[in-house]
Formats: sequence, C-alpha cells, structure tokens
Amino acid sequence: MKEEFFVSGRNIPNIDPSLHIWHWQIPAYLFLGGLAAGILFFAGLYTVLGKEKEMPTAVKWSTFIVPFALAIGLFFLFLDLKHKMYFWKLYTVIRLESPMGWGAWTLMIITPLSLIWSASYLKELIPGWNWKFEILNKFEVFVIKNRKYIAWLLIVYSAILGIYTGILLSAFNARPLWNTSILGPLFLTSGLSTGAVTIMWMSKNHLERKMMSKIDLILIGIELFLITHLFMGFLASTEVQIESAQLFLGGAYTYLFWGGVVGFGLIVPFLLEVLELRGVKIPAAIPAIMIIIGGLLFRFVMVDAGQLTRYLY
Amino acid sequence: MRYAMAVDTKKCVGCSDCVVACQAENKVPIGFCRDWVVEIVTGKFPEVKVELRSERCNHCKNSPCVRCCPTGASHYSDGGIVMVNGDDCIGCGACIQSCPYDARYSHPEGFVDKCTFCQHRVTRGYKPACVSVCPTNCLYFGDLDNPKSDVSVALQKRKYKVLAPEAGTKPQVYFLI
Amino acid sequence: MSSRRDFIKITSVGGAGLFAAGNVAAKYFNPGKNMKGTIQRTPTYCEVCFWKCSGWAHTNENGELWKVVGNKKDPLCNGRLCPRGSGGIGMYNDPDRLKSPMIRIEERGKQVFKEVTWHKALEYVAQKMEALKEKHGAESLALFNHGSGGKHFSNLVKAFGSTNIVAPSYAQCRGPREAAWIATFGTAVNAPEPTDIKNTNCLVLIGSHIGENMHNTQVQEMSEAIDRGATIITVDPRLSTAATHSKHWLPIKPATDIALLLAWMHVIIYEKRYNHEYIEKNTFGFKELKEYVAEYTPEWAAGITNLKASQIRETAREMAFHAPSTIVHPGRHVTWYGDDVQRVRCIAILNGLLGSFGTKGGFYMQTKASVPTFSHPPYPQPKWSWKDFLDGKFPSAEINVSNAMIDASHPDNQSDKKIKGWIVVGTNLINTIPNTPRTIEAIRNQDLVVVVDTMPMEITGWADVILPECTYLERYDDLRVSPERYATLALRVPAVKPKHLTKPASWIVRRLGLKLGLQDYFNYSDFSEVLDWQLKQMGSSLAEMKKKGVTVVDRPESSLYLPKDEPVQLKTKSGKIELYSQLLEEQGFDPLPKYTAHPEAPDGFYRLNYGRAPMHTFTRTANNPNLSDIMNENRLWVNPQVAENHGLKMNQMIWLENQDGVLSEFPIKVRVTERIGPDCVYMVHGFGHNNKRLKRAHGKGISDTKLITRVAIDPIMGGTGMRGNFVKFLVEEPKKEVES
Ligand SMILES: Nc1nc2c(c(=O)[nH]1)N[C@H]1C(S)=C(S)[C@@H](COP(=O)(O)OP(=O)(O)OC[C@H]3O[C@@H](n4cnc5c(=O)[nH]c(N)nc54)[C@H](O)[C@@H]3O)O[C@H]1N2
Ligand SMILES: Nc1nc2c(c(=O)[nH]1)N[C@H]1C(S)=C(S)[C@@H](COP(=O)(O)OP(=O)(O)OC[C@H]3O[C@@H](n4cnc5c(=O)[nH]c(N)nc54)[C@H](O)[C@@H]3O)O[C@H]1N2
Ligand code: SF4
Ligand code: SF4
Ligand code: SF4
Ligand code: SF4
Ligand code: SF4
Ligand SMILES: [Mo]
Repeated sequence: MKEEFFVSGRNIPNIDPSLHIWHWQIPAYLFLGGLAAGILFFAGLYTVLGKEKEMPTAVKWSTFIVPFALAIGLFFLFLDLKHKMYFWKLYTVIRLESPMGWGAWTLMIITPLSLIWSASYLKELIPGWNWKFEILNKFEVFVIKNRKYIAWLLIVYSAILGIYTGILLSAFNARPLWNTSILGPLFLTSGLSTGAVTIMWMSKNHLERKMMSKIDLILIGIELFLITHLFMGFLASTEVQIESAQLFLGGAYTYLFWGGVVGFGLIVPFLLEVLELRGVKIPAAIPAIMIIIGGLLFRFVMVDAGQLTRYLY
Repeated sequence: MRYAMAVDTKKCVGCSDCVVACQAENKVPIGFCRDWVVEIVTGKFPEVKVELRSERCNHCKNSPCVRCCPTGASHYSDGGIVMVNGDDCIGCGACIQSCPYDARYSHPEGFVDKCTFCQHRVTRGYKPACVSVCPTNCLYFGDLDNPKSDVSVALQKRKYKVLAPEAGTKPQVYFLI
Repeated sequence: MSSRRDFIKITSVGGAGLFAAGNVAAKYFNPGKNMKGTIQRTPTYCEVCFWKCSGWAHTNENGELWKVVGNKKDPLCNGRLCPRGSGGIGMYNDPDRLKSPMIRIEERGKQVFKEVTWHKALEYVAQKMEALKEKHGAESLALFNHGSGGKHFSNLVKAFGSTNIVAPSYAQCRGPREAAWIATFGTAVNAPEPTDIKNTNCLVLIGSHIGENMHNTQVQEMSEAIDRGATIITVDPRLSTAATHSKHWLPIKPATDIALLLAWMHVIIYEKRYNHEYIEKNTFGFKELKEYVAEYTPEWAAGITNLKASQIRETAREMAFHAPSTIVHPGRHVTWYGDDVQRVRCIAILNGLLGSFGTKGGFYMQTKASVPTFSHPPYPQPKWSWKDFLDGKFPSAEINVSNAMIDASHPDNQSDKKIKGWIVVGTNLINTIPNTPRTIEAIRNQDLVVVVDTMPMEITGWADVILPECTYLERYDDLRVSPERYATLALRVPAVKPKHLTKPASWIVRRLGLKLGLQDYFNYSDFSEVLDWQLKQMGSSLAEMKKKGVTVVDRPESSLYLPKDEPVQLKTKSGKIELYSQLLEEQGFDPLPKYTAHPEAPDGFYRLNYGRAPMHTFTRTANNPNLSDIMNENRLWVNPQVAENHGLKMNQMIWLENQDGVLSEFPIKVRVTERIGPDCVYMVHGFGHNNKRLKRAHGKGISDTKLITRVAIDPIMGGTGMRGNFVKFLVEEPKKEVES
C-alpha cells in the first residue's frame, strides 16, 4: 500500500485538494473571445475576397455582436481577477511570453478595431444615423476608404485571438491536460465554427447560409480530427497525460465530453446541417445553438478538468 | 549568485516547524501556507519506508510562473529568487495554474503570494525563517555559486533529487536522499 | 525618506539586528504607515511544554506580538524552538481564552458560570479556604499543578499549611524511570534527560518516539547523531518517525519489552560483550544477574515479542560494539503496563552493563544553577502529608502521586487523611489522569475546586471558581533553572500586556495571600522585584538579564563525565551501579526485573496505543489557532489488514468502544497505514475536547484518556499504566445514554 498525504499546510481553499482557481469566468471569456474571433475572421476574409455583397451578414451585420462579446468577455476576465483594483497594471508592460498578457493586448487592439469596423456599417444598419461630431464623420470616411487594409488586420488579429484562447491553456504545462499544442488550433477551429454558425443563424440570405454551413461542416470535421489526435497524443505520452486523458475515457468528464461536447455540440449539428444542405427543412437556429452551446461546454470542460490534472512527484 | 535550498529527507521528522515559523515570520494568514510537509509511506508492514519532505516554491531557474505573468509582478530577483510584487499583481491566477508544484496561493487580499526564500532576511545575512528554526537542522540554504555555502556543501556530500524534473522548470530546491 | 531614520532606530534597539518581514508583511508593517514604535524583542522561555526553551518574543512597530524565536545562547534550544514553541503566539491570540474570573452559581436549577471581579472571586476563594481549614484542617487542601504557575501556588499552599502538592508529570509520566534509576544509579534521570545523544554512537529508543516527542534538545541531538552516522535502534510496535530514521526497527509486540531487554542482557553477558574490568569495578550483583538471565535467550524472547532472534542478537551486539558510547534511552512517558519501574530497571541495567552512565556518548552528569530563595517566614508544619496518606504504599515514590491524591479526595477514602479542596493550576486533570469517572467522583466530593488556567478546558468546567491566568508571553515567572550540561538561567519577561482581565499567577497568589493574611510570604508588589533581587544576589540584575535572556556557566568537558579510572561512587546502597537492586529487595520487590505476560486483546479488540504529535502538546494546544491550522484532529492508525478485516476505509469516521463498554464521545477518522502492526491501533493524545467553548477543538478527533479506564498501578511508585486498554470499532454512531 502506498500512502501519500500532506502532514501540514496545503489545505488552501481552491488549491487543495485540487486546483480550482478558475471558475466560470475564464471559460466564458475564452468562449466569447473565440466567437468574436470567428465572426471577425469571416468578416475580414470576405472583405478581402471582395464578397461584401454576397456575404452581408458575415461582413456587416454579425460584426455588431463582436464589440459586445469582447466587452462582456473582458468583463468576465475582470470578474475573475482577485486583485481587481490593480487591473490597469496589465497595460503597463508588454510581456510577450505571457499568454495572458498577449491576450490582453490582442483584445486591446481587436476591440477598437471591431468597434470601428461595425461602426463604419452603422449608417447602413440604421439609415439616417448621424455622427454628432464632424471628426467622426471624417474618420468614417477614412475607415470606409481603407476597409480592405483593416480587413487584413482583422484576419491576422482574429486568428491570433482564436489561437490565443487555446494557447492560454496550453501554455500551462503544469496542467497535463492542457499541455498540448493541439489546443491552439482546436480552440481556433471551434471559435471559427461558433462564428460561422452565428453568421449562418443571423443570415437571411440563402446562399450565404449555405456557404457558412459548408464551411462549418469542414470546421467540425477538422475539430473531430483534432480531438481524436488530442487523445491519441495523450495516450502516447507521459503518465500524467495518460492519467488526464482518463478523465474523459471513463473518468468524471466522460459523459459530459462525449455526450455534450462531441455528440450534442458537434456530431448531431453536423448531421442536421448535412440534412439541411440536402434540402430537409431544418431551422438554421437549431444546429447553430447546438454548436454554440457545445463550444461553451467544451471550454468549461477543458478548464475544469485541466485544473484537476497535475504532476506527480 | 544563485540561491538554493536543500532538504535532508533523512533527518526531517515532519514536525512542521518550518510551516509554523514561516506563517509567523511572514504573516501568512491562518489557513494558508508558503511551505508544507509531505509524507509518503511505501512498503508493507514491517518492511516500510517513509519519506518526509518539507516543500515550498522551488525558485525555478526556468520558471513558468514568471513566464506567464502578464504584468511582470512575478519576476526573478537577485540570486534567482522568484518574487511576486503584490502591488503589480492583478490576481489573474495564471501563475498559480502554471506552477507544477502548486506552490502559490491567492492571498485573501487578492494578490498572489508564495515563498520568497525570506528575501528580507537573506539580504540582511540571516537564514530563511524555516531554515533557521528547523529543529533537526535538515534545511540548508545558500548560494550555489559559493562552493562553501551550506547548500553547496550538502549537495557535494550527498545524493539528491528535485521534484518533477520532467516539468522542465529546473527547480532550485533539492532533496537529499 | 523616513526609512533611514527608521533603520537606525531599529538597529539601535535590537543590536543583533531586527527587521520587519518583507513583501506581504511590508503591506502591514510599512514603516511610516501606522508606525508607532520599533520592533522589540523580549526574553522569555517557552511554556508550551516543559522543556522551557529560552527565546525572544518579538513585537512589531505597533507593539503587537509578531513571533517567538529561540535564543541562540540557550543550550536547550540553540536558537531553534520546536513547532509548538513557534506556535506559542497562538496561545496569546486564541480568541477562546479565558477572559475574566468566574464563579459557578445555581441559576434556575442549572449550574452556570458568572463573570465576577477579581476582588469578588478571590474573596470567595479565601472564604472557602478558611472554612476548609476550620472544618478539615489546612492539609485537606491539595494543589494539582503543572508548569510555571505551580511554583507561585506552591508558595501559597505551603504558607496556608498543606504540602499536598502534586503534578501529573510523576505518576502519569516519568515516575517509574526515576524510581528505576534511583534503584540502579542512586539518582533520578531528571528532566531534561542527561542523554549525551550528540556524542553517542548508538542510540536505543524503546517506545521513546523522539521526533514526535518534540523535546527540543533530544530532537536536535538525534539529528546530529544521524548526521554523524550513529546507529539508531528503535523498539516500537509502530513505525515511529524515529524508527523511519533508524538502522534497526524492532516492531515489537506491545507490552513485551521486558522479554526483549532480558534477552539483550543475555546476549551481552553470555557472548562476553561487556567490559570485565568496568563491571568488576563499578557494578553490584553481576553474578546474580548473569545467573538470572541465563535462560532468557533471544530465542525465548523471540517467541514472546514476535521479533526475530537473529535481530535481537544483532542489535545487542551492535549496542555492545559501540559501548560505552551507547545510550539505551530511559524514555520519559513510561507509565505503560504497571510493571514500568521494572521495565526501566532493565534499561538501567543495560546501561550499567554497557558502561554508559557518566560516560561520553552515554549519560553526562547534570549540573544546575542555584538561585537564592526570596525571603519569607518559615512554612507552618502540616499535621500530615501525602506520605502519611500513602502509609508505606508505593515506597519508591520520591514525590507525590497524583492518582493517590485523587484517592485521598474520593468518597471511598476510609482514612482520616482526607482531601476536601483542590486548587488546579495548569493541568487538565480530566484528560490527564486516566480513569476519568473516578477523578470526577473525587471532584464532586470537594468543598472547593479552584482552577487557574488560560483556556476553557475540560477541568475548568468542573471548577467552582475559575481564575484566568495570562499566558507566559504576558508575565514574569521564576527564573528557569534546569539540570543540564551547563548551569543556565533563563528569564521570562512579559512581551505584551495581559489581555482581557487575565493576571499572572504571581499576582493572583499575592492577592489571595493578602486576603488570607499571608502577606509576609509575598513580600513584593511586582514579581520583577523578586527576580531583580535574586539576580543581584548572583551578581547580575534584571536589567542585565533582559538584554541576554539566558546566562550559561561554562564547564570543562571533562567534568561532564565521571572520571574513567576511579570507581564510581553513587548514592546506592553499595555505592555502585546496582544491577541487583538492594533497595527494591528491601522494599519487597524483585531485585532483578521479571517478565510477566500482560492481558491480551479480546477477540475483535485492539490494544489502544497513543503518543505525541510533534506539533501539539497534550490537550493544551488543540485549540491554538496556529497549531490547529497545522493539525486539527487525531486519526486512528489502523493496519491495512485489520482495516480490511473490518471493512474500514481511509478517512472513514468511526467510533470506539473499550473493553469496559466505554464509548468514545466523538468519531475519529481512520488512517489506514502500514506504519502500524496488526496488534494495536494508535492515536495522538490531546484531542477530542468536549468543552464547547473551545471553538476550534471541540469534537475534533477523540480523547484517548476517555477510553483508558483500566489502569495498571505500579506497586513500586504508584504510576498509572495506561496501555492495557483495548478498543473495538463501531462504524455506526452508538446511541448515547442520557447523562445523569
Ligand atoms: N491519556 C493520556 N494521559 C496522559 C498522557 C498521555 O499521553 N495520554 N500523558 C501524560 C504525561 S506524559 C503528562 S506530562 C501529563 C501532562 O498533563 P497536563 O500538564 O495536564 O497537560 P495538558 O493537557 O497540556 O494540560 C495543561 C493545562 O494547562 C493549561 N495551561 C497552559 N498554559 C498555562 C499557563 O500558562 N497557566 C495556567 N494556569 N494554565 C496553563 C492548559 O490550558 C491546560 O488546561 O499528561 C499525562 N496524561
Ligand atoms: N510534541 C510533543 N512532544 C512532547 C510532548 C508533547 O505533548 N508533544 N510531551 C512531552 C512529555 S511531558 C513527555 S513525557 C514525552 C513523552 O514521549 P515519549 O516518552 O517519547 O513517548 P511515549 O508516550 O512514552 O511513547 C510513545 C511511543 O511508544 C510506543 N509504544 C506503545 N506501546 C509500546 C510498547 O509496548 N513497547 C514499546 N517499545 N513501545 C510502545 C508508541 O507506539 C509510541 O511511538 O513527550 C514530550 N514531548
Ligand atoms: S522543521 Fe525541519 S524537521 Fe520539521 S518538518 Fe520542517 S524540515 Fe522537517
Ligand atoms: S515552484 Fe512554482 S512558483 Fe516557484 S518558481 Fe517554480 S513554477 Fe514558480
Ligand atoms: S496572479 Fe499576479 S503574479 Fe500571478 S500571473 Fe497574475 S499578475 Fe502575475
Ligand atoms: S524561505 Fe521563508 S518564505 Fe520560504 S518557506 Fe521558508 S520561511 Fe517561508
Ligand atoms: S520543546 Fe518546544 S514546546 Fe517545549 S519548551 Fe521548547 S520550544 Fe517550547
Ligand atoms: Mo510527560
């Protein structure tokens, strides 16, 4: 029999017996960041491709969600901070090695960008809208003229943001479950997928809907592939990672992950979308909502389960 | 200069004086701790082995907590001591997540706290509180660059290990075995 | 800006260099912010146990207690306090402390405590004491004490006319070994034990679990011995921490130690592994011993102790190989099975055979500073004392026997020497003396029970009057003089003002003395005057000692040990080391120790074993905020096989029932561990408090004392053997009988 325990100390709330420093705020923040990244990515993409006309929801209307998503996300991050009044210290230094810092700065850039972007379409959304100050009008003219360049920025920064939501976790190699380079692309894909279905859901344009649905099917495919890879990687790795994979292969998170995230959040909506594309009448909202819930759940599960995994020594 | 500590598992009796003294010295609130004691029992009666270890922040040379800190609150100080500047800390918890040893905790006042190698004592020529109190004298502290320091001498004489070397953190707390 | 000035202030106070904790602490102790004064250190000696390590109590800039650290000059701690000493600040900070004097009153048919003024409380006590004297004589007052307060109260009680003064540190603790040592070496072991562990090559621990038993010097020196590669041999049914660090661990079957010890003697004698010349010159009764142990072979002992004969042989040889630098430790808490004097006699005989008495690496010769007595009138001569009550019983008891004082207080006491009033100072008798129901019956038979304590313990619940003493950090007490390698003096000075309405014992006895017309015995207005006078007599002063905390009188190393070439001259009958004890023979006991089998556990029961946890002292620290943070309950150690047989799981809560049907009051968590064998279960003494006013400790773990109802009294000195109790596991909460 092996016995291992703390004789003293280490009975600290939220650290022992298992880490629980991050609660709902961080996964919600990661989810919103991913969603925003997804939407902005497509807005940038179709602008660069010159498809503003064909893809109006992707380029214009859906982006109105983004500043809100980012602001709420940042607020959640703020809620998570334990030393809140020192929040501003985040912006006194640039620490490239810190994913947290990276994210803060990415948000610092992408939030105004998204604001500017959607604002520049405000007159199209609300006819007769008038900027009160002349300078804003002038700025609007400038933005509209340079949309293509801004679109490039959006593509770059949304990709960074999307990857960041995964890297924030994977940078912590102390948590074996997170310690995998697949998490970045996986969260990026998931973010793009939630963005895509949001556009699909909002879109009134049949062709645009079809387009986003097709893209989403590809994204779901990639996601499933990455998830398979994730587990193959774990099982071929160190003891701690094998153990962390067990959380999903018979352990506490098995049902939630395979039933909730993969089944409810990926495979069922995938099938629904395929049927839709084949002409079966299914409201776009249904797969969209399932994917969004799935994406949210995914982040909750990963953040929660990751904190349970640790090094053995 | 490279500060380090060695813990003699052959002498430690698990009395936890290091924990009590640290709490008093550093006003660690009750319910929290900067160091702690682990007991590992292996074997079958009467062939039983026990390892007792006083653990704390390893002041890693390649420290993920410093790397991931967005504000620079966690930083390397003189002699490689990993410090947290409470007034720069936003309490994001990233460093807590990043430490493979769970050496950090969130102070009730919001900032993150952990072992400082008693920098306030060490810079004045005293040993860390835990080292200076340990009744079995099983903690050694000092400068690894100085071959005559307590810790260097201990590491020259004895076999040792570090915790979770595979985490790649290059810990600077050594366990004499 | 202000920091430079502050720095100068700080260094000029401390000299040795004092400083505030950095980082987080800086948030609280930022110089300049809230700063009223400087960091100060005040000498004290620790009262968390009776080792009495000298230390410095530090207060911060606001005059608040910060920490206590050891005094480097003190040979009892070498600048290192044990965890309990470091956690001593918790005694001061404990929010549950006694805060005001209290008197028990009857309110609507219920007994309740009412807070009263000191004047009222002492007036009440004085009146009751006078009444007691009138009715039963002054001798009917007993003082139960342990710790520094005891000395002040002894003065009062003796002045009052009674010498029935007793501490649990004899008959519940080290009494048997003192009797055994006196029978063998003509001198008691005394505390601190004169074991020269730091120089030894071989340390033999028989159920003495140094490392859990945190008596400071012993722990420090054992660690030094480990560093030097000394051999440690531990005999313990449980893998004690000391055993984990030992070369040999002998997992003995409990209660069979005498068999092992006799076999060890057999090997040493019959393999001729002793120093003939030494034995010839210094010992008495070798021939008798040799004949006596002839039949006690390792093979014989193996059958009794469940040890391997080869291991018994090997360890005996190793002891002999290192002799005389071998210590067979006499132990300290040695009241186990009722034949304890004889067991420790075996240990003494072994040391005699090995030649370790008065030898480097064995036992050194103690020395002690003598402090002049502060003048007071002679004490009145009592008509009877505890010796008379014993009337020839327990002939080896050199000091008073607590359980005999309980007998004298009990309604079944048929003699005319009756105890009718108790003053209890610093001892939690309910959890300290086994067979609690009897103690309670004795208490109920008293006209007056005064309890002087710092905490609302179980004993305070039985008081008529509770007098709250301040903690050691808030008071002066007598100079510490302990018999040691070096004569030392240590001073205790209040570091902070007494909290609430608490008062030092020196103040309480003086006030009480005044009310009893005994003021001449308390010829001071503040106890510091006594200390100053005493120190001046010795060529120092209070002011000087305040700067040092401790004085150590050096002594040449050679004088620590007996001269090698001269024969020993001891205070035994023969003047030699008595392997064969003439004293015991004369008292009618076996002059050579006999092995007797002790009762074994009935089916389904396990022997109840108990001991110390390094971070707690008996029952006194269970509520200490700092120390309960480190360990807040005791667990029941159970061997995995036993656990499996009973379906017990790790950390499962269970109740215990002993052989007499006594139930544990609370449940205890099971610790399934390979560190204990299948013949006993183990728990740390001091938990399971049932006084609800101990908010942190109430109901945490269980009390071993409650389950110790079968007590084996040692006929030689009256010690209470406590390890002959057996318990069984109850997985469901037992129905409690309604208490009468
Ligand atoms: N079951 C069982 N019984 C035992 C033992 C055991 O292991 N198991 N051990 C035995 C041994 S070896 C010994 S030495 C005895 C010890 O027996 P005790 O000395 O009675 O031990 P404690 O339980 O610590 O009780 C000390 C009491 O003193 C109070 N106190 C603490 N500091 C002060 C102070 O400064 N002033 C005053 N006035 N009071 C103070 C505490 O609050 C507490 O009520 O117990 C013996 N009894
Ligand atoms: N931390 C701490 N240290 C203390 C104290 C404290 O309260 N706390 N109290 C101090 C005091 S006053 C005293 S008296 C000492 C007591 O300390 P010691 O004298 O060292 O200890 P004991 O309580 O006699 O013995 C406990 C050990 O005896 C073992 N044992 C039980 N039964 C048997 C048996 O039949 N044979 C053998 N060989 N071993 C057996 C137990 O498993 C346990 O390991 O501790 C002192 N030091
Ligand atoms: S103080 Fe020393 S002996 Fe005690 S637990 Fe800490 S390191 Fe071990
Ligand atoms: S032990 Fe943890 S907190 Fe300490 S330096 Fe290493 S990673 Fe950082
Ligand atoms: S909690 Fe504080 S120290 Fe830790 S990473 Fe965040 S800002 Fe840095
Ligand atoms: S070095 Fe100082 S801060 Fe670190 S554990 Fe020891 S006492 Fe605590
Ligand atoms: S051994 Fe520990 S508790 Fe006892 S006096 Fe010394 S420091 Fe205090
Ligand atoms: Mo004792």
